[in-house]
Amino acid sequence: MRWLAGAALLALLVLPPFAGSYPVTLATLIFFYAYLGQAWNILGGYAGQLSAGHAAFVGIGAYATAMLSISWGITPWIGMFAGAAAAGALGGVIGFLGFRFGLRGFYFVLLTVAFAEICRIVALNTEAIGGAVGLYITFTGDPWQFQFQNPRAYYYVALALMLLATAVVWALERSRLGAYLIAIREDEEAAEALGIDAFRCKLYASVLSAFLTGLGGAFYAYYHFSLQPNSLFGIPLSVEIIIRPIVGGSGTLLGPILGSFILSPLAELSRSYFAAAGWSGAHLIVYGGLLIAVVLFLPGGAYPFLARRARQWTGRR
Amino acid sequence: MLVGQGLINGLLFGGVYSLMAVGLTLIFGVMRVVNFAHGDMMVWGMYLAFFLSTRLGLDPYASFPLCAGALFVLGFAVQRGLVDRIIDAPHEMQILLMLGVALVLENAALVGFGPDPRRVRSIFSLATVWIGPFFLDVVRLVTFALALALTGLLSLFLFKTDLGRSMRAAADNPYGAAIIGTDVRRVYAVAFGIGAACVGAAGALLAPFYPFQPSVGLSASVTSFNIVIIGGMGSLAGAFLGGLLVATAESLGAVFLSPSLKELVSFSLLVLILLFRPAGLLGRRPA
Repeated sequence: MRWLAGAALLALLVLPPFAGSYPVTLATLIFFYAYLGQAWNILGGYAGQLSAGHAAFVGIGAYATAMLSISWGITPWIGMFAGAAAAGALGGVIGFLGFRFGLRGFYFVLLTVAFAEICRIVALNTEAIGGAVGLYITFTGDPWQFQFQNPRAYYYVALALMLLATAVVWALERSRLGAYLIAIREDEEAAEALGIDAFRCKLYASVLSAFLTGLGGAFYAYYHFSLQPNSLFGIPLSVEIIIRPIVGGSGTLLGPILGSFILSPLAELSRSYFAAAGWSGAHLIVYGGLLIAVVLFLPGGAYPFLARRARQWTGRR
Repeated sequence: MLVGQGLINGLLFGGVYSLMAVGLTLIFGVMRVVNFAHGDMMVWGMYLAFFLSTRLGLDPYASFPLCAGALFVLGFAVQRGLVDRIIDAPHEMQILLMLGVALVLENAALVGFGPDPRRVRSIFSLATVWIGPFFLDVVRLVTFALALALTGLLSLFLFKTDLGRSMRAAADNPYGAAIIGTDVRRVYAVAFGIGAACVGAAGALLAPFYPFQPSVGLSASVTSFNIVIIGGMGSLAGAFLGGLLVATAESLGAVFLSPSLKELVSFSLLVLILLFRPAGLLGRRPA
């Protein structure tokens, strides 16, 4: 297993120079959405607090990084951490409001959706950050400005992000906080009875998850070069973030990555196919159907299912 | 003067908000499921009213029972076909399921009807009246009256009929209700159907003065969630009051701030409620 992972990683590192630009772009998207899914996984998977508004953190990270660069000339390599910190602060506020009274499940979901919508409306109405017109970043191709002539550079940045988030989750799984979070997810009363401060643990998870997601926002900004409130803070982006870990297996280390390898190519293909037919929302119908199917037939996601199968297979031999 | 006009318009709009929120809180109160597709169901009610008007020439004020009926069937089917299978699963699973239903409904509307804003004409469309110094659209008055009447009918049903009583019994204690012989599964499906019918009727009643497109479903869902949390999850009276309150607050926000910022007012209300009274105005205790 370890050898397999190492070989796969080596392949991902050395292949790009030999690949065409389309596979590189596709892989970049796979890594980036796996990264966002992994960041969501901390709160949604391990802590079991479903956030349906993670787009808010992407948006804040993206806008903060871009604005720092545009108006103060601060390089995005530094600005991205300021953006991530801002997103983390918002994650703290949402967590504080949502967890303070031990409110469960849907309250938190509704709160996250509501905050993403607040951000969207504020961004649409704030002329200083472009308002409804959006914010555009002029392309200079200067690596110091997080801009690259070669799409392979974005590939490596996205890969690094994905590995970073996975390393964070790996460490979390082995940490005291991770164990607390899982205990809270499984049975909050029992966890509290054992003396775990559930409020504090969930708050930490919310801040960490939001911080990492905000860091991803900087990548989004400098990959797309245009920031639109409706696409950055909108529900469709939140759905993109949620659906990969859910399909792949939320609360597992490799679930979000597997989910992204399954879904990102599917999304790209169906999007371009349906867009050609003039059906702009059709790929979201596919997502909706997939969510329903996973919940009904494969509630743990694909990774636990495959892992079980693999164990059965190796056990039989 | 402007404030008075805003107050009246908000209050009249609130009738529809209340009807939406009552539907949502009924579904939640009875089976503890949050209908994430609530606003998208409303959009389907709107488009149904639109097609009944353009194809058959039916006025939305005549066709709204049809829209409610169609949405009842949809809600019943969603409960029987999907939610019922995971009614005992953790909340997150139900939320994800309903999120999936919402995505399918919203985007099916987008693919089927296109993104252009629509509006349904009614015979009252251009009529206006003056009440004292205030200027009112007749459509808003009629919609308000009908929404209130429907909410009243629903509470009559819940408190005066056997089915309504068993619904409240199943909401209070599903096991107890099952022990005394209630068919809980049927009650659940009917409750989901009625909740969907409420929001379907609300959609048809809004259609004459509220231009709509598939994407309004999400903001309608979010607004309904807001109202229901502010009023108290599962409380019918709370949803009713919350609807009037939120609509009035939004309308005043549009007067004092700017029309595009009116949603911020209701979100601020939500945050205040969560800070100081998380059970909601009339809720018993947070779930």
